[in-house]
Amino acid sequence: MYKLFLRSLISALFLLGFSLNANAEFKVGFVYVGPTGDHGWTYQHDEGRKAVEAAGIKTTYVESVPEGADAERVIRQLAQSGHDLIFTTSFGYMDPTNKVAKDFPNVKFEHATGYKREHSNVATYSARFYEGRTLLGHMAGKMTKTNTIGYIASFPIPEVIRGINAMTLAAQKVNPDIKTKIVWVFTWYDPGKESEAAQALIDQGADIIMQHTDSTAPVQVAEKAGVWSFGQASDMQRFAPKSILTSIIDDWAPYYVERSIAARDGTWKQQDTWHGLKEGMVAMAPYNSAMGSDLVKEVEQLQKDLASGKVHSFTGPIYDQKGNILVAEGAVADDGMLAGMNVYVKGVEGDIPQ
Amino acid sequence: MIKVEKRSDVSRSIYFLTPVLAIFLTLFGGGIIFFILGFNPIEALKFFFITPISDLYGLSELLVKATPLCLIAIGLSFCFKSNNWNIGAEGQLIFGGIVGGGVALLFYNHDGFYVLPIIILSGAIGGMLFAMIPAILKTYFNTNEILVSLMLVYVAKLLLDYLVVGPWSNPEGFNFPETRQFSESARMPILFVGLRIHAGIFITLITVFLSWLILYKTYLGFQIKVSGLSLKTAKYAGFKGKTMIIIVFMISGACAGLAGVGEITGPIGQLHRNISPDYGFTAIIVAFLGRLNPIGIIFASLIVALTYLGAETAQIFLQVPKYTGQVFQGMILFFLLGSDYLLFFKIKFLGLKKNEL
Repeated sequence: MYKLFLRSLISALFLLGFSLNANAEFKVGFVYVGPTGDHGWTYQHDEGRKAVEAAGIKTTYVESVPEGADAERVIRQLAQSGHDLIFTTSFGYMDPTNKVAKDFPNVKFEHATGYKREHSNVATYSARFYEGRTLLGHMAGKMTKTNTIGYIASFPIPEVIRGINAMTLAAQKVNPDIKTKIVWVFTWYDPGKESEAAQALIDQGADIIMQHTDSTAPVQVAEKAGVWSFGQASDMQRFAPKSILTSIIDDWAPYYVERSIAARDGTWKQQDTWHGLKEGMVAMAPYNSAMGSDLVKEVEQLQKDLASGKVHSFTGPIYDQKGNILVAEGAVADDGMLAGMNVYVKGVEGDIPQ
Repeated sequence: MIKVEKRSDVSRSIYFLTPVLAIFLTLFGGGIIFFILGFNPIEALKFFFITPISDLYGLSELLVKATPLCLIAIGLSFCFKSNNWNIGAEGQLIFGGIVGGGVALLFYNHDGFYVLPIIILSGAIGGMLFAMIPAILKTYFNTNEILVSLMLVYVAKLLLDYLVVGPWSNPEGFNFPETRQFSESARMPILFVGLRIHAGIFITLITVFLSWLILYKTYLGFQIKVSGLSLKTAKYAGFKGKTMIIIVFMISGACAGLAGVGEITGPIGQLHRNISPDYGFTAIIVAFLGRLNPIGIIFASLIVALTYLGAETAQIFLQVPKYTGQVFQGMILFFLLGSDYLLFFKIKFLGLKKNEL
């Protein structure tokens, strides 16, 4: 029995080594949480993959990989079948990515939106989506008639709370009476739930709908109800041509191309990347002219200032809901504070679900 | 015109061979689909059905994937054999996972050989209690068990969502919807270094053996089979229908709960929102493909597990859309039901009579 076990172990290792050497060509693998046709999160990652392919590097992807027990197998299979760099593009892949990375020290791994880099071949990356939210807040504050902004939120993680706060702070700057109403849907992608949430917010008087979820349902509901909306992840303009003022676009392409080339040329290093408007990882879709050319100019200027660092989304004084000071006057929030953000700023209604 | 007649004699060996026929028809149909999609059908089928299990890691993954499917399907066979339509195994799996996971969190940073058995047992009990809800409502209030068990799936899912977002979320996890990683003492022992196959497979094998024993060697098994063939006969024979209904649901729920606890203490190692990629629903296909027979279910679970692995490898190597895996599952079931129909019914083509024109 013991011999059999030993023999099987040896053949397993042999097969492992064999498949590692089987293919010498440099290949990059992508693991997606949704279908490539979701017009949101996964769609944009796949656009990034296509850019890598266009740069002359061979790529592979696996779509709709559940974030449970299956993820580890898919990541391992990509590593085993000769992929040299693997992007895992959802938070739920964090532990499986680190686990597989341990067994494949020669393969590089990049995990999106996570915080664990347990091995030297794991890097993490995310985008400063909140900079886009600041622009949305500015437009929302100017455009609203009811002074009520409806916000469809996914999960109470720092990234989402940061977005809510950045938007609210920017809206308050141009319109002090603003109120932010939030519906938590506890999903990233569920057109049914998202459209119900959008309708509920409109019924509560919101005339601006924005979302931190990935389907096009909320903008379509807004279009029908005749209120303003903002697209998420990709340019959703064609799903609600009248209603959408702009979309925050996740542009992973430059990063994916850069990292793929670095891995191919042997200059890849572990790092934690957090890029924004400046580097172009966060981009804005064309602004809707319905908001007037003056406002468009204002927003374009603000976008430039955010990119150059002249304006920061979280500049003091910032107060929490109870009125305690979070960021002193004149100071800006540091990345550590942003990364762990778990309180609402003043002006947001309700409590963070615990 | 066409006339459909019931066949009086159906051979038992053919009855158990039709699933094999269905699989071959699926391979053939799959080949055609690959051809239409522009792939070399032989190569695509090879990547789909052979490559995933051509090394030890693949074989171990096949067993990891088949283990929960087999467990749940075995449990479901008790229900289905006795005409009780438990559609909510997914909910029972999740609830078992919740209870087992809760106990695992209670034993966080706690060593001891007894930790894992307690977790497994509590998971089974959790699934069992959850399955008793539709059973009791059916026996005492005449509700429809299909609806109740199905709706309870959503209850279990929402409860899990609530727990991992709120009270049970990892205090160091930045509010992400997941619990802590369980301690080593709460994890299923891994059987081979470097592979994911874990001790849960022994639980499954023991369950298969016990269910064979119950179904074919006990009075309860006899009652289950008779009730499945004819409820009136069962009543006439004086069987206590209510007790039996509750017992088959309890068995079914316990199996699903075991599958849930096996997933979270095995390959996953924590609770989060996606502990099951709809194993509870896929297991319904497995149960019928396996002819509600313990041995048949073992084979059926391996085949259905292979369609998942195959879809992944086919996408990695050929970029075949991943949803072909689900198409294959659908085709297997379709061909099985189709050949069953032809097995039990004769179709006669009769000439048209003049007065019918």
